[in-house]
Amino acid sequence: MMFDRRLIENFDWGFLGIICLICIAGLVILYSAVTAGWDGAGVHPLFKRQVVWMGVGFIVMMSTLVVDFRELNKMNLFIYILCVGLLVSTLVTGTMGGGSRRWLVIGPLRMQSSELMKISLIMSLAAVYSNNVSLEGLGFRNLIKPAILCLIPFGLIVIQPDLGTGLLLLLIAGSITLFVKVEKKVFFTLAGLGFSAVPLVWFFGLKEYQKGRILTFLDPDRDPLGAGYHIIQSKIAIGSGMITGKGFLQGTQNKLNFLPEQHTDFILSVLAEEWGLVGCGVLLVLYFFLLFWGLNIAYACRNMFGSLLAFGVTIMIFWQIFINIGMVMGLMPVVGVPLPLVSYGGSSVVTNMVGFGILLNISMRKFTSG
Amino acid sequence: MAGINKNPDRDWIKQRLIGASLCIIAVFSLLFLRLMYLQLIKGEEFRRLSKTNCVRLKSIKSSRGLIYDRQNNLLVDNRPAFDLTIVLEDANPLRETVSRLAMLIDEPYEDLMDSIEKAGRAAFYKPLTLKRDITRDQLAIVEAHQFDLPGIYIDIEPTRHYIYKKTAAHLLGYLGQINRKELESGQYPNLRSGDSIGRYGVEKSFESFLQGRRGGRQVEVDVNGRVIKVLKTVEPQSGNDLSLTLDLKLQQRAEELLTGKDGAVVAIDPSNGDVLVMASTPSFDQNDFIGGISTKKWRTLMDDPGRPMNNKAIQAEYPPASTYKIITALAGLEEKAIDRNSTSYCPGFYRFGNRRYQCWNRHGHGEISVVDAMAQSCDVFFYQTGEKLGVDVLAQYANGAGLGRLTGVNLAHERDGLIPTAAWKKSRYRESWQAGETLSISIGQGFNLVTPLQMAVFIAAVGNGGTLYKPRIVKAIKDTNGSVVKEIEPEITGGLPASGENLSIVKEGLFKVVQGNRGTARRVRVKGINIAGKTGTAQVFSRKAGEKFENKKLKRTLQDHAWFVCYAPAENPKIAISVIIEHGEHGSSAAAPVAGDLVATYLKSEKNSLATPIETAASQVAPDNQE
Repeated sequence: MMFDRRLIENFDWGFLGIICLICIAGLVILYSAVTAGWDGAGVHPLFKRQVVWMGVGFIVMMSTLVVDFRELNKMNLFIYILCVGLLVSTLVTGTMGGGSRRWLVIGPLRMQSSELMKISLIMSLAAVYSNNVSLEGLGFRNLIKPAILCLIPFGLIVIQPDLGTGLLLLLIAGSITLFVKVEKKVFFTLAGLGFSAVPLVWFFGLKEYQKGRILTFLDPDRDPLGAGYHIIQSKIAIGSGMITGKGFLQGTQNKLNFLPEQHTDFILSVLAEEWGLVGCGVLLVLYFFLLFWGLNIAYACRNMFGSLLAFGVTIMIFWQIFINIGMVMGLMPVVGVPLPLVSYGGSSVVTNMVGFGILLNISMRKFTSG
Repeated sequence: MAGINKNPDRDWIKQRLIGASLCIIAVFSLLFLRLMYLQLIKGEEFRRLSKTNCVRLKSIKSSRGLIYDRQNNLLVDNRPAFDLTIVLEDANPLRETVSRLAMLIDEPYEDLMDSIEKAGRAAFYKPLTLKRDITRDQLAIVEAHQFDLPGIYIDIEPTRHYIYKKTAAHLLGYLGQINRKELESGQYPNLRSGDSIGRYGVEKSFESFLQGRRGGRQVEVDVNGRVIKVLKTVEPQSGNDLSLTLDLKLQQRAEELLTGKDGAVVAIDPSNGDVLVMASTPSFDQNDFIGGISTKKWRTLMDDPGRPMNNKAIQAEYPPASTYKIITALAGLEEKAIDRNSTSYCPGFYRFGNRRYQCWNRHGHGEISVVDAMAQSCDVFFYQTGEKLGVDVLAQYANGAGLGRLTGVNLAHERDGLIPTAAWKKSRYRESWQAGETLSISIGQGFNLVTPLQMAVFIAAVGNGGTLYKPRIVKAIKDTNGSVVKEIEPEITGGLPASGENLSIVKEGLFKVVQGNRGTARRVRVKGINIAGKTGTAQVFSRKAGEKFENKKLKRTLQDHAWFVCYAPAENPKIAISVIIEHGEHGSSAAAPVAGDLVATYLKSEKNSLATPIETAASQVAPDNQE
């Protein structure tokens, strides 16, 4: 048996507990979001499907525990190539099928291959950086390989086209790189490049509707009948929840379908309307504990690869939370990023569960250094 | 690898992690502060807004671009139509309100409920259309009872109006409601369910210009759904207007001349390819299509043997018949198989192998040259010319003249016709080309198929000295203020494969078709205008050699199609016309007079500065001649 006793003793029950609490909260909110304004008998099929996905997610999470995370250090290139292959194949089959090019279909399961790519990229970057961290920070030479690793999937995801996920990938990679520390001149050069790229991306990279979303964010009055209207309705839903909310299943904005995508990207407004500031506060605290616990795992691990991997996964969760909640509250442009473990969607649930599995994996093997 | 003393230790990691934690704390504080702002400070206000649910969207439909003819006569505009809409959230109690409405306006209750059901539950706060285009009486009743009908509103929607019923219906086209698939395709981000898009004709081809941008209002309403306050307004943008190349008067005259017949007329300005007339009969009333055509009307149109929904000018393919002799003559002259002076002897038939190929004139034309063979449409002369050339050389010249390929007119469903080659037959029928078939081809029978538009473009090119133009239907696109958004320039697609000298020989023949003493179309002469043209009589079914049918005794559907193509004035063409009358029997008697009338209408109305008048030939006309 490859599991020795110590592993079970070291199992991070606290972290698992937080995940379970968030999952339960997520299901309660989703139940309300899909049930409101639904006539059918019994439980809404989307809710049932989400429960199944969470079950699948738990199984996947537990199976990631079997392999020592340090094995991932050796396998990361293989996994990376596999994921890039999947991205290419969804592009090709999607094009031939004439349908959406984001989905990878394996039997009855449909996964967004770009989701898996996030985890794979984190592993690859952790592997590369763990070999050349230094106190002065990374130089230009050290960044060539990570840049290539990052830009290939970014390009493939952007032509799907899924700019939101592509940018999320860059944010995650950038966070890990900054965490590892770069030399000052590298930092300023990259920052300069980044700013000068903005006009280029604006004029050549963005589609008309994408520009529209950003403009609407800067000036919601610009599109009061489309995205601007959604943001206003979302804000009404959130604000009307006040301190304690209107009560479970009592949200009127939710019930009357004023909200767009209320079970996916805008699910937070359902929570805010029905459970108020108290409910939102509880969820934020849970998320905060989750992230903090993740950073703690990164600290406790005595292996540089493990630390970077744990940090990467945690920061991936962080960006999703920040972007989603910021968007729903009108702090950010509307981009399709789901709220981890709360928004409906199998790909997102499974990917995040894989991430949590990796964190648990690192956590229970933290004392085995090397 | 970094040096030993430079290797980061756990303290270093701790320091980095503390930095990251601070960032996370900052972000979470920001999110929480925002929540407090929305839920505590603005909470009361948002609670009030959500309680009354009082923010509504009201759409303001944009008006579609107008369509004008070349002289700025308005052909298609928009009229106001009154639509009955309902906002479910305001219509309480729903059933009672709807049944009261049904009684008041005398419409079946079930129909109204159906339109609500169809919209589904998703749009609780959005107005749904209950009934489109209600009458003035119904409008008055609803207005008078507004207080008994909560949640019922009247929308004024601009609706398409085709001013001249049935005129140029095929060219202008019609609208239809956008379907779910089109909405989901993302190509029409500005449209929503219930909107119309161009389905046919210019309405379809120029959809992106004609379509406007919808506007709308965000309004606050009271408990009864009345607007208290307008929060935001986006003004609608009208679509752009089109200036067609069409000449309304000439189009109407053409349709008048085609009344009761199945056929098509295309008239083109030979100097730039402008389509002056595109008529196809029978026609249909485009106004019937607005807001969805009734099944009964649609069936009637589809079951009509005259195929009214078919634009015969571009969608119907016919054997070109004797009009194709222009190609055979050009090819013969260019390939030097014949010249201006060479003659053939026509005894009334041509023996090829063991078959007799008839000339239409059983008495024969005697010794005849190319110009006279053209004027009198002698079949035997062209049998012999075609035999010398072979099918593939003929095809090469036909293709060069724009036949067998799309003219490129900006209309959907254009057909390309068919110009056969030996290789084509081999691959299509797995049979070799028979030399006898070449004889049929050289007088335009057999496999050959052309559209009236192709023939118009071709004859225009003959008239203008050899330039093939892409038929232009829209001259300019203008915004509502009348300033030009886009000018559509004439476009040259090729040139006739013939030298000027050879072209002039053919043109002399075409001139004599009408103006010569023995020309097949001498009856259509117009006083003061020289016309050059060619008649054609296309067999609908193939006849065995030597068989002679009395056409009049045949069933109508088996009678020949009548062709006439021409340009005028012959010296400096201003108009080129192609006419086909299905089952009209003779080009000379059925099709040519239509063209003659149009030439006279167009050129005389344009201005009376024409070439020296010539003697009308009515007195010289011999007994009625088949071509």
